[in-house]
Amino acid sequence: MALLEIQNLVVDFATATGSLRAVDGINLTIDEGEIVAVVGESGSGKSVGMLAMMGLLPWTSTVTADLMIFDGQDLLNMSNKERRKIIGKDISMIFQEPMTSLNPCFTVGYQITEVLSQHFGGKRRGYNDKAIELLNQVGIPAAESRLNSYPHQLSGGMCQRVMIAMMIACQPKLLIADEPTTALDVTIQAQILELLIELQKSQGMALVLITHDMAVVAETAERVVVLYAGQQVEQRTVKQLFKKPKHPYSEALLNALPERANDKLLNAIPGVVPGQMDRPLGCLFSPRCDYASALCKETSPNLNDGILCHFPLGEESIKVESQ
Amino acid sequence: MSEPLIKARNLHKYYGIKDGLFQASQDLKALSGVTFDLFEGQTLAVVGESGCGKSTLARLLTSIESPTSGHLSVDGIDMADSQDKAMSKKLRQTVQMVFQDPFGSLNPRQKVGDIIQEPLLINTELSASERREKALDIMRLVGLKDEHFHRYPHMFSGGQRQRIAIARALILKPKVVVLDEPVSALDVSIQAQVINLLIELQKELGLAYVFISHDLSVVRHIADDILVMYLGKPVEQGPSKVIFKAPKHPYTQALLSATPSTNVGKNKKRIKLTGELPSPIDPPSGCTFNPRCQHAQKSCKTSEPVMETYGKSQAACLALDEDRI
Amino acid sequence: MNTETAPVTSIRSQQWKEFWFYFSVSKTAVAGLIFLILVILMALFADVISPHGPAEQFREYAKLPPSWMEGGQAQFFLGTDYAGRDMWSRIIHGSRMSLLAGCVVVVLSLSIGVLLGLIAGYRGGWIETFIMRVMDTIMAVPGLLLALVLVAVLGPGLLNAMIAIAITYTPSFVRLTRASTLTELNRDYVTASRVAGASPTRLMFVSILPNCMAPIIVQGTLSFSTAILDTAALGFLGMGAQAPIPEWGTLIAENRDLILNAPWTVTFPGVAILLAVLAINLVGDGLRDALDPKLKRS
Repeated sequence: MALLEIQNLVVDFATATGSLRAVDGINLTIDEGEIVAVVGESGSGKSVGMLAMMGLLPWTSTVTADLMIFDGQDLLNMSNKERRKIIGKDISMIFQEPMTSLNPCFTVGYQITEVLSQHFGGKRRGYNDKAIELLNQVGIPAAESRLNSYPHQLSGGMCQRVMIAMMIACQPKLLIADEPTTALDVTIQAQILELLIELQKSQGMALVLITHDMAVVAETAERVVVLYAGQQVEQRTVKQLFKKPKHPYSEALLNALPERANDKLLNAIPGVVPGQMDRPLGCLFSPRCDYASALCKETSPNLNDGILCHFPLGEESIKVESQ
Repeated sequence: MSEPLIKARNLHKYYGIKDGLFQASQDLKALSGVTFDLFEGQTLAVVGESGCGKSTLARLLTSIESPTSGHLSVDGIDMADSQDKAMSKKLRQTVQMVFQDPFGSLNPRQKVGDIIQEPLLINTELSASERREKALDIMRLVGLKDEHFHRYPHMFSGGQRQRIAIARALILKPKVVVLDEPVSALDVSIQAQVINLLIELQKELGLAYVFISHDLSVVRHIADDILVMYLGKPVEQGPSKVIFKAPKHPYTQALLSATPSTNVGKNKKRIKLTGELPSPIDPPSGCTFNPRCQHAQKSCKTSEPVMETYGKSQAACLALDEDRI
Repeated sequence: MNTETAPVTSIRSQQWKEFWFYFSVSKTAVAGLIFLILVILMALFADVISPHGPAEQFREYAKLPPSWMEGGQAQFFLGTDYAGRDMWSRIIHGSRMSLLAGCVVVVLSLSIGVLLGLIAGYRGGWIETFIMRVMDTIMAVPGLLLALVLVAVLGPGLLNAMIAIAITYTPSFVRLTRASTLTELNRDYVTASRVAGASPTRLMFVSILPNCMAPIIVQGTLSFSTAILDTAALGFLGMGAQAPIPEWGTLIAENRDLILNAPWTVTFPGVAILLAVLAINLVGDGLRDALDPKLKRS
């Protein structure tokens, strides 16, 4: 049985200018111990989807799904109280800005022991030893003295390690990392990613890595889900996707990377991601797609073997002159 | 060889930090000994991580701040003369800047047209209609539409805002544009659009770029020369092709190795850098990189390396100097 | 030429629509706004609405109860005071005084406070220290007490009361503006203007000030209501508007002795003050919620 199964997740937001569909039908199945990357640009709904599952969205949101089951429990129809027992314990999440994810008013030790006492009961102070053990596990030197440090005394990389320590404290089955290294320097990014993979292996956690950085996906994940404007357009193994992407957007995204440029100019994707007001008829990617036909511009595609496209790329695909 | 547009010699910038009322002020060595030449139409990339001094360098080049010591001249004008009003005006018209954050670098309360015209309003005596014309011309050049003139920044996407910022930087027809992480905050597909725009503008207007970035894949594509910095000190510099092919300094090697790439299956031997970036207020003694360097020896803790030429590039490393690597 | 005007009006109206969406989420704010508009209309058309002149005395009808009570008369809706003047007319005319007091106080304290705050935040150094310590000193003295002292020095009267109160409100604007200035000063767009060569004046008033307006507007609205209260308080103490000016506080002061015999003479001016202040505070709350970017956005 899969650890996490989401089918047709839809998230709508009520805004001043009408309803905004941020996530339009995500299907995700994650097995124990897997590393899955969710890739997309801004407006793709990648963070919103995961936040919706955790129940962390604001009051203006409406979350619906055909299925949202974690470890056999129905997340969709759960009460807030029951959800709180799972979130932070069996499912954990780390965020993008490590400096602001930690509470600046409390020491690092306080925050880690608080998580432990919340989920396992008992006095907070009793967990000090466990906290030191966790800090050692994430590679923070002089762990015992660090217990009394405040977040502002730590660097970005250290803060992120503390976050990871907090999140694995309860030995979660699933860890969601939302752009965990985007705000960090390149050498620190490499360290943190390595740490995440190491912990994932040793603890047997499943890891969902949300990112916009294709290179990070290539080096870290096993499976990848590509999102565009709230829709899921492709889901393949990493090797398959990077070798031969099947959706035009995935292909365009990879080609736009500087390292795949053939000459001086990069292969940019013309146009922008559709916003709330200018959703095109038919396929959402069609205005920017090199292969778009008349059918693509009129009718929304259905999932074609996991690819949201009328004509998934294969050997026969020919580029059409974009209008 | 023609005269370089920017001539920087041994630039230093120190800030005095007071740690309390009664303690002596310590020096934050933001920049220590930066030397480079920038020629017309070229792109110099300044690469490094937090605390390496690249933002400080940007501030020096745009004359927001003056160097503590060293020589900096732009288009023949010595920066030390920038106190003179006429000189500073000329400097402004020669060097302009594009900032990193597309959401913070435009005044949310000003219309796009006003934002782009502002440098003209401050520095020239043109009439309102002349300014408008020039602004519209520049907007068309960067790919914006005429009707965007009357809109507010929050109505635009990140990529469009960067175009507005580029338009603002170009309206005074500068010769040098300092770009401080101009595409780091943008999505990949938009990054490509903006980078293409920058490349085209450089060709069309003969601009020189100082391209500050931590994203080595972008730098590799766009830069002619690279300057790698660590904690305010230059550690390696030279032509981009040479450095990417065969980086000499251990830090440059680690940076390149840490940068992820989409070539799946290529088993890269990762150089692991341990430890955190030290604080610029209290840098390690000797070579500032020695605590994290795999080739460090005793001498690295006591003597500071100097930039030496090795073939077509330069690097500051004691191990290189002593032929240890 | 046509393309210039069309976008501008539609963008403006879109901004107002968005603002109204967030403002109208709070029903109390809308209610407050409606009441405030009524008060403003009342003040503007006082001469037309009010049944009698505010100073017109009907000696034979002195101390008459409100029209719905025993002994009251229809022509004197809320009764009359000790001199036979119609309470309803005096309250209507008094709204002019109160609104005027609110406006003058807010305009004075806001303009001086914002200017000082901008300079303090932008310049820093000893100028900032000097300005802030002077403001600290003003704040150290209870507002009303300070206003009393100032009025005692300047002489009683509505205008002097307004000036005195404005001085006591200035520090809050200075602090708000200075705080916002310090935040905005480090933003990239200010640096960009600096790189373009903007003068300090331009940086302060064109770049920074427009971005500090939200908390200032909210503070201004709330100061409006407190100004009405404080003016009334000074009037009640005899140091504000002098009789026969029908300022609401002064009305209460004049009829102080009649609290037990003719309570309507002090109650209704009091209720007027209460409702006006409440309405403005509700509007201020609604404004703050609508203008605060953190409370918005999905």
